[in-house]
Amino acid sequence: MGVLTQSQTAPLGGGRVLAQSAEMPQIDYGAVAPLLIVFGAACLGVLVEAFAPAHRRWSVQVGLTLLAVLLAGVFLGMHAQEINTGATTLAGTLAIGPAALFLWGTLLALSFGAVLLLADRSVEPGGAFVAESNTLARPGESAGTPVDAPGAASAAVMQRSAPGGVGMRTEVFPLALFSLGGMMVFCAANDLLTMFVALEVLSLPLYLLCGLAKRRRLLSQEAAVKYFLLGAFASAFFLYGLALLYGYSGSVRLSEIAAATAGSLRSDTLLFAGLGLVVMGLLFKGSVAPFHLWTPDVYHGAPTAVTGFMAACTKVAAFGALLRLLHVAFQASSWEWHWVLWTVAVVSMVVGVVLGLTQQDVKRMIAYSSIAHAGFLMVGSITLTERGLAATLFYLLAYGFTTLAVFGLLGLVRTSEGEATRMSDWAGLARRSPLVAAVFTFLLLALAGIPATSGFMGKFVVFSAAFSAGMGPLVVIALLASALAAYLYIRLVVLMFFHEPDPEGPTVSVPGPFTTAAVTLGVVVTLLLGVVPMLALDWASVGGFVS
Amino acid sequence: MTPTHYLLLSALLFTIGTVGVLIRRNAIVLFMCVELMLNAVNLSLVTFARVEGTIDGQVMAFFVMVVAAAEVVVGLAIIMSIFRTRQSASVDDANLLKY
Repeated sequence: MGVLTQSQTAPLGGGRVLAQSAEMPQIDYGAVAPLLIVFGAACLGVLVEAFAPAHRRWSVQVGLTLLAVLLAGVFLGMHAQEINTGATTLAGTLAIGPAALFLWGTLLALSFGAVLLLADRSVEPGGAFVAESNTLARPGESAGTPVDAPGAASAAVMQRSAPGGVGMRTEVFPLALFSLGGMMVFCAANDLLTMFVALEVLSLPLYLLCGLAKRRRLLSQEAAVKYFLLGAFASAFFLYGLALLYGYSGSVRLSEIAAATAGSLRSDTLLFAGLGLVVMGLLFKGSVAPFHLWTPDVYHGAPTAVTGFMAACTKVAAFGALLRLLHVAFQASSWEWHWVLWTVAVVSMVVGVVLGLTQQDVKRMIAYSSIAHAGFLMVGSITLTERGLAATLFYLLAYGFTTLAVFGLLGLVRTSEGEATRMSDWAGLARRSPLVAAVFTFLLLALAGIPATSGFMGKFVVFSAAFSAGMGPLVVIALLASALAAYLYIRLVVLMFFHEPDPEGPTVSVPGPFTTAAVTLGVVVTLLLGVVPMLALDWASVGGFVS
Repeated sequence: MTPTHYLLLSALLFTIGTVGVLIRRNAIVLFMCVELMLNAVNLSLVTFARVEGTIDGQVMAFFVMVVAAAEVVVGLAIIMSIFRTRQSASVDDANLLKY
C-alpha cells in the first residue's frame, strides 16, 4: 500500500506519527503569534466575563479586544517583514505564506473596525446587545413593539442579576475574537480537517452573535435559528466532501489531494463528488447564489454591528479558504470543474442584482448586493493565475472596508423604535443630515464601482485578470451585471437626495467616537485604495499560497 | 461485507438526514437530522481509514464528534431561546424575516 510510505501526513500530528513516537511537532511561534494572541485574548475575555465586576466589564472587554487585535497586527507585521516564501507549521496543518498573511492582515484590520462598531454605546443607549437585567427593568427600553415583550422576558430569564451593570452584555467581544481566530485559521488551513474545525470555530460564535440584538428580539432570534440550521446543514455537506476526498486521495492534506488529482487509481466520482460538496460548504459561507438563501434574512435580523462584522470578515475568510482550496489542491483538475463555478458566478451576479432591485429594505438590499459581489469575487476566484489571486485578494480588502462603513452608517438612521431600515424611511435623508447622506452616497458609489473608489479598482483588476486568463464571455456578463447593479445603488442615492423627507420620518443620530472611528476607517481606506491602489496591490502580489 | 457496503450505508444515512432537514418542521428534529448527517460521515471516514490501512480517518471521526458536541451546545441554546419567546420550535412559525 503506497499510502503507508507517507508517514508524515497524519493530520494535526495525530494518527500514526503519534503512535510511533510521541514527539512534539515543530511550531513556528513567530508565524502563529497573531493566532495565539487572538485566541488567548478570547479565553481571557471569558475569564473577565466571569470574574470582573459588572460595571467594569465593558471597558475591560473593549480594551482587551482592541489591544489583542492591534497586538496581533503588530506581530503579523513583524513576521511579514522576515518571511518571503512561507512555510507550514504545527505538523503541517497551517500554511502561512504571503497570501495567508495578506488575508490575516485584512481580517485583523476589518475586525478592528467591527469591534469599534460592536462597542458603540452612544447610538443605541447602552449598546446594541441584550441588556443587563437592571437596564431591562427600565420602562420603554425593551417594549418597542408588543412582540418584543416576551423576547425581553426570555432574555431576563437568562440574566444573572447584575446591580450597577453597564447596560450591555459583553460576551460579544470574546465571541467576536473566537470567530476572528477561526477565520484566520480557516484561510491558512493546510488540510481539510483543520479547515472544517476552523469553519465551526468561526461559525458557532457568529450564530450566537446574531441572536443577541436588544431591539426586535424575535427577528434577531429568528435570524440566529435560520443561520444556525442552514450553517450546520452546509457544514455537514463540507464534511461529507472531506470524507470523499479522503477516500479518493488517502489524505486530507491539500498538497496530497493535488498530487492525487494528477494521477490516482481511485474513481473520479469520489473526487468530483467530494470537490462539489466541499466547495458547496464554502460557497454557503461566502453567500454565493444558489447557496445564498440565508443571507438576506440573517443580515436583516442580526444586530447591525454584527452584520457588519459578518459581511466583511466572513466573506474574506470564506473566499480566502476557497482560493486556497482551488489554487493549491484543485489547480490540476481545473478543466473539469471550471464550467460549474463559471455558472455559479453568473447565477450569483444575476440573482444578487435582480432580487436586489425588488427589495424595500436597505439592509436586505445590501445583503443582495453582497451576493452580487460574491459573484464578482467568484470571477476572480476561478482565475487561477497569480494575477487573478492578487486581484481577488485586493477586491476582498476593498469590499470589506466599504461594507463595514456601510453598516456603520446604517445603524445611525433611527426612529424611536430602533433602526429605520425601510427604504421609504430614507427618503430625503440629505435634508436631515447632508454629511451622512454624502458619505453613504460615496460608499454606495464604491459598491457600484465608480472610478476614484476602491470598488472600481477592485473590479478593474479582477476583470482584467479574468480577461487575460481567457474568460472573455464571463467578463462581459460581469460588466453587464455591474452596470445593472449600479442602478441598485443609484436608486437609493436618488431617494436620499431628490425626495421630500417625511416629517415624521427617522432622525439621524450623532455617532459616538467608536462608530465615527470605524466609519472613518472604512471611508478613508475606500478612498485611498481607489486613488493609490498600488499600496495594497503590491502587497497582494507578493506571492501565492504555500502548501 | 466489503467496504462498499459501509459506504453505501453511509450515503443512505446521509441522504436520510438531508431529506429530513428538507421536509421536517421542528427545529429540534432538523437538528437531529444534521447530527445524523455528521454521523453518516463518521462511518465513511472510518471505512476509508480501514481501506487505507491507516488510522487517520478514525482520528478525524473523533474530531467530528467533538465539533458535533460543540454544535449541540450552541444549537440547543439558540433553539431554547426562540422557544421561550414564541412557545414553538416549528421553523414554519418563524416567518417574520421576509420582504
